[in-house]
Amino acid sequence: IYVVFFYFISSEERHLRANDREYNLSFMYANNAIKTSKYNVFTFLPLNLFEQFQRLANAYFVFLLILQLIPQISSLSWFTTVVPLLLVLSITLAKDLSDDITRHKNDKHVNNRKVEVLINGELKSEKWMNVQVGDIVKLENNEFVTADLLLLSSSEPLNLIYIETAELDGTLIKYTISILYISGEVRCEPPNNRLDKFTGTLTVRGETFALDNERILLRGCTLRNTEWCFGLVVFGGPDTKLMQNSGKSIFKRTSIDHLMNFLVMFIFGFLAFLCTILSIGNGIWEYKEGNSFITFLPRADGANASLSAFLTFWSYVIILNTVVPISLYVSVEILRLGNSYFIDWDCKMYHVKSNTPAQARTTTLNEELGQIKYIFSDKTGTLTQNIMTFNRCSINGKSYGEVVDFAGQRVEVTEKTEKIDFSWNSLADPKFCFHDHKLVEAVKSGSPEVRAFFRLLALCHTVMAEEKTEGELFYQAQSPDEGALVTAARNFGFVFRSRTPETISLVEMGVPTTYELLAVLDFNNVRKRMSVIVRNPEGKLTLYCKGADTIIFERLHPLSSKLMEVTTEHLNEYAGEGLRTLALAYKDLDEDKFEEWKERHHEASTSLEDREAKLDAIYEEIEKDLLLLGASAVEDKLQDGVPQTIEQLAKADIKIWVLTGDKQETAENIGYSCNMLREEMKEIFIVASNTAEEVREELPPIEKSRFLGKKSQVVEDEKVNGEYGLVINGHSLAFALQKDMQLELLRTACMCQAVICCRVTPLQKAQVVELVKKHKKAVTLAIGDGANDVSMIKTAHIGVGISGQEGMQAVLSSDFSFAQFRYLQRLLLVHGRWSYLRMCKFLRYFFYKNFTFTFVHFWYAFFCGFSAQTVYDEWFITLYNLIYAALPVIGLSLFDQDVNDRWSFQYPQLYAPGQLNQYFSKMAFARILLHSCYSSLILFFVPWAAMCDTVRDDGKDIADYQSFALLAQTCLLIVVSVQLGLDTYYWTAVSQFFLWGSLSVYFAVTFTMYSNGMYLIFTSSFPFIGTARNSLNQPNIWLTIFLTTILCILPVVAKRFLFIQLKPTINDKVRHKARQAKAVPPPAPRKVPRRRISTRRSGYAFSHARGYGDLVTSGRFLRIPVKTRSALFPHTDTPVADSTPQTYRTIYEGLQMCLD
Amino acid sequence: MMASSYNAKDEDGHLPGSVGSGGPGAVKSKKPDNTAFKQQRLPAWQPILTAGTVLPAFFMIGLIFIPIGIGLLVTSNNIKEFEIDYTGVDMSSPCFSCSQNYSWNSTSACTCSVPFTLDQPFESNVFMYYGLSNFYQNHRRYVKSRDDSQLNGDKSSLLNPSKECEPYRTSDKKSIAPCGAIANSLFNDTLELFYNHPNGSKITIHLEKTGIAWWTDKHVKFRNPGGNNNNLSSVFRDTSKPVNWHKPVYELDPSDPDNNGFVNEDFIVWMRTAALPTFRKLYRIIQKKKDNMTPTLPPGNYSLEVTYNYPVRSFDGRKRMILSTISWMGGKNPFLGIAYITVGSVCFFLGVVLLIIHHKYGNRNNSADIPN
Repeated sequence: IYVVFFYFISSEERHLRANDREYNLSFMYANNAIKTSKYNVFTFLPLNLFEQFQRLANAYFVFLLILQLIPQISSLSWFTTVVPLLLVLSITLAKDLSDDITRHKNDKHVNNRKVEVLINGELKSEKWMNVQVGDIVKLENNEFVTADLLLLSSSEPLNLIYIETAELDGTLIKYTISILYISGEVRCEPPNNRLDKFTGTLTVRGETFALDNERILLRGCTLRNTEWCFGLVVFGGPDTKLMQNSGKSIFKRTSIDHLMNFLVMFIFGFLAFLCTILSIGNGIWEYKEGNSFITFLPRADGANASLSAFLTFWSYVIILNTVVPISLYVSVEILRLGNSYFIDWDCKMYHVKSNTPAQARTTTLNEELGQIKYIFSDKTGTLTQNIMTFNRCSINGKSYGEVVDFAGQRVEVTEKTEKIDFSWNSLADPKFCFHDHKLVEAVKSGSPEVRAFFRLLALCHTVMAEEKTEGELFYQAQSPDEGALVTAARNFGFVFRSRTPETISLVEMGVPTTYELLAVLDFNNVRKRMSVIVRNPEGKLTLYCKGADTIIFERLHPLSSKLMEVTTEHLNEYAGEGLRTLALAYKDLDEDKFEEWKERHHEASTSLEDREAKLDAIYEEIEKDLLLLGASAVEDKLQDGVPQTIEQLAKADIKIWVLTGDKQETAENIGYSCNMLREEMKEIFIVASNTAEEVREELPPIEKSRFLGKKSQVVEDEKVNGEYGLVINGHSLAFALQKDMQLELLRTACMCQAVICCRVTPLQKAQVVELVKKHKKAVTLAIGDGANDVSMIKTAHIGVGISGQEGMQAVLSSDFSFAQFRYLQRLLLVHGRWSYLRMCKFLRYFFYKNFTFTFVHFWYAFFCGFSAQTVYDEWFITLYNLIYAALPVIGLSLFDQDVNDRWSFQYPQLYAPGQLNQYFSKMAFARILLHSCYSSLILFFVPWAAMCDTVRDDGKDIADYQSFALLAQTCLLIVVSVQLGLDTYYWTAVSQFFLWGSLSVYFAVTFTMYSNGMYLIFTSSFPFIGTARNSLNQPNIWLTIFLTTILCILPVVAKRFLFIQLKPTINDKVRHKARQAKAVPPPAPRKVPRRRISTRRSGYAFSHARGYGDLVTSGRFLRIPVKTRSALFPHTDTPVADSTPQTYRTIYEGLQMCLD
Repeated sequence: MMASSYNAKDEDGHLPGSVGSGGPGAVKSKKPDNTAFKQQRLPAWQPILTAGTVLPAFFMIGLIFIPIGIGLLVTSNNIKEFEIDYTGVDMSSPCFSCSQNYSWNSTSACTCSVPFTLDQPFESNVFMYYGLSNFYQNHRRYVKSRDDSQLNGDKSSLLNPSKECEPYRTSDKKSIAPCGAIANSLFNDTLELFYNHPNGSKITIHLEKTGIAWWTDKHVKFRNPGGNNNNLSSVFRDTSKPVNWHKPVYELDPSDPDNNGFVNEDFIVWMRTAALPTFRKLYRIIQKKKDNMTPTLPPGNYSLEVTYNYPVRSFDGRKRMILSTISWMGGKNPFLGIAYITVGSVCFFLGVVLLIIHHKYGNRNNSADIPN
């Protein structure tokens, strides 16, 4: 029983001892070597071939090959199948080989990285792959994290470490470290792929501590701004969360893929149908004619009509297999790859600043880019730059920040506008720019209001400062807004330099000043404000408060009422420009009153029930009768060209939904500033409630009659009068996404021009995408830049990652990536549209050429006793799809464009056919089938009639099988080439070369294969000797070819011309227009964006995430002697502090041990 | 196609240009090349179907096709062709008895004489064909039942023919030369032509039996084994004749060594299998008279003497003898002429229709503005 129990433990849990290799090795944990390569020298060939033959297409061809090896069935020589199959196999083989070699190299590179490992009390340099679980490693600055580590200690005074989590979860995060010890035993969860969770215990000297995710450093991160740190390897190599996460990715397929699969299945059925007809025909023929023909053509022993019919079925399967040619899949891959390269190569999607070109990470989804109907966009970092700039401020009724010229006219701020020189301030941030000199003058002249304003900004926040070298400050801000405000104060001479839990050190106009921090009245959603109470060096108590204007204005002292009016005006102006505003106020406090308040505050903060509410009430009490200082306005910078892009995409009938984790106000504000929400909209529905019933009520009323009747799975679009917008928050969304309400939500959302979901979790993002995907039968695209967008990027048909500041995880899980949101319009309207057009043209043409090719055999069957005799030379059959017709169609589908990119932008409506699947559908396929049927009839019966009983001009034979084959195949090739020319919109030199080149190659190859030399060397392989010479010099042969071509092509031309005349598509019209405007280049589509005039105002202050507030006040990050610790925690109310008292002791003990 | 999304290299793939090894100078611009090819700006010709190109094209095709068609039709009609079926299906037919009695194995020859009359003189060279109907020379099993190496004079194939020839590969434990079903079913009727002169004399018309096969077939594709060894009987010593043949291959034309064995032209012509079940093959050529004054075949009565060997009744086949002159476009075939005239007229007509449609609707649609 004991053994069983032990086994159970070991399989569930991971056990390890620090620095005890023998013990750890007994568990056979994976070491830190990784292997992403798939093959080695010996396994490559068999394994790769095995994998390749698992693909249906390849397996099908092997099946055909086997059929061909049966002599009774074989209607074609083995090489007709073997040559293409070998070619396809070897191309794939070569590609896989080069991929795997790259992977091997990468593995080797990574495995051979060096890291310092503590072995027998000494630090030794060790290769990564030799690092074992339980080893203690030392990482230095800018080094990659070797494995998943349990953090032990770091060099930093605050005992934090900074890491850049490049791909795991995006943001710059600091991890608090806990312990340094040299022995100890860890029990933790088995390897898994959850990045946000870790559970385990650490036992040191009999004491057990809980370990959580905070203390784990994951492989794939990089150490930043930290001199060194020690970590204990918990998971190595394949067990790390990074590798566990990089399992099999979901293989996305496009709707064309699905259609193609359906069609291929249909074609198989069709093939069987044709073969059945022909084998029945064979049975009848054998019964009626064959029996009597035995004199000339004896049958094999025991063969009769029905056996012959059965064999003929398979013979025809071989002959007609060209309806599903192997080259289809290969060609599709090639042209998708080509179109992906065009995306990679596009200069206009290259971002100079970040040196990032666009990248097609998945090369199999291109044409889907031309069919997008819904875009789901993240906000922060996607629509916005996630850069906040301190832009304007209003201090004591005076507005600063606007640049005016000498005449008092407002000047547009551009890159060239003169910036303020902050060199007088040695601590200024060089990246900060501001353009209004008046503000600097006001600060320098010592205006008390202006100084108070910046002092407030320097004091009232939760930012943490780091000073690596003297004067080089680095702020860690909870939200970029705060960072922007503190940086502004810094540049205007009020430098926030450092903080302890009880003090804040500033440098005020060059004078170091330390304020005693008495209380932080933290921000929350209801309060929408934050305050600090500080005591200045002179002993004066002051409360500084910043918050949403409406909230602050309610709490102002009557004295400020006049100032309030002026400030309100300014705020309106700022809001009109789309800036995020905050009102700032202060209040001097009485010592006695404060003492009394502090006591009650302590009471409230230690109470066990309803602490939050009680605290709020206490805060409320002191935050009143404030004196207004002014207001700040921070610009949440949109990325370049976002409004224009959104406008363009809207014109292309693409719906954009913004899914963001931000607050409702922020999201709405951005919605306005990027033109999604507009003032002239009829109504903007806002759904923000906490119960299902309320949500149901708040969802705008829609005619429910039809809706209740049937539960249709596909929600149709409905036309509504006027424009609507919908804003819904995460809470409501949770209810609205429930089964009974989701369709209602979807219908409402689809009627609105703009949909904004705010405060949504990553999971909800994915759910929304899934909802639309499932019920709208539309192609969706998700675009985002952060880790929280990964789920939706993976869920949507197409995921686009913005390679921005938030790390690379979104990019790594995306299908396409680029640096700026505005490139999306080029990706969709140009590349997507072209890819879709090309893919559809390719498929239409490809099916046409193969059906036409194949159907000729069908007609011939009626003249050759259904004996599965081919019409063409076997070599022609082998090479038709491989050489003669392969390059031209690839040329067509790589280079074709209906109109160039500028026209594509000029008329975004050109995008619509893709959304409606107009270029390739089942209907289009049926038309192709009919067209091929017609062409093949012409292609067979015209030569048939022309050759019937005809002879050469010297009386010799020309109606023989070989000449007829040559005639038929030449006609076919010329007809499909002309048809290709007819389909080509854009004749580049390359396409010309491919087309003419293929035709000449055909004639060259034909003459070569039919030459004396080839016959004498390979007698049995090239029996067509002399055919080309003897028949292609006959005028009637060429007249027949000419007639056939005209008969096949003219109806198509007539039909197309008629359609252009009677029912021109948008495409035809634009092409016509482009042609007319050939001399005159199309007008530049860019319009100068109008300045938005809005009366809306946003009071935005803080990010929604709970940030460093606790940390700031708890002092948990400080390395401070144990004796003073009790005094260090004035507020033990923070949950972190509550839950982790043990850990602090451990820090201390760890230190003691370290000192030992 | 499942792919592992993890790539070890990605670990390095942090923000481009982020802190790392290499100074700022080491950061290479990743800007793609600004070439016409990569930017998809290749100069191109962008034709579209406009009234200005389509309508003239239709009229042009009409105008070109109709004269060509007329020319072809006239040429075809000028060709003189005479055809006579000598299968002997009808009781009244002279060859009826032969067709009834005959089987492959009979040794005695059956002859019959078919009289016919030419109404018009045949000028220039006249080509004599035999035609077979309902004979599936294009049947897959039939077409492949030959050994080209053997026919090309390959010694080893001569003694060991290809498997494709089964069941006519060996007989009496000797390999068959030439092997296979095609050779086995060689057309072996002998046709002779006599002119019944009005004065009652029966003049034999000289039939040229060489120059009827393709040059490439005669000189490249078909060669006797043994090179220049003229003693064919010794070359073919170890082989046996095809089952249905009356004489071995080296006795096909003992009089002319260049027309004997595998290079016998009758044999070569037969071996060039027909594309369709009804076909004609060149049998003999009647050279035009030297003097050029009298027609090659003057109008009058003729008789066709047939040595009836070839059985076609069993599969309901027909045998014909065709006399034909030729032109630059080959034998008589009115199809091309008629087709050209028809297509030309239809094009012209379509051109008119499209022109009307264009006038009525075209301008309206093309000038219409695109809603923006």
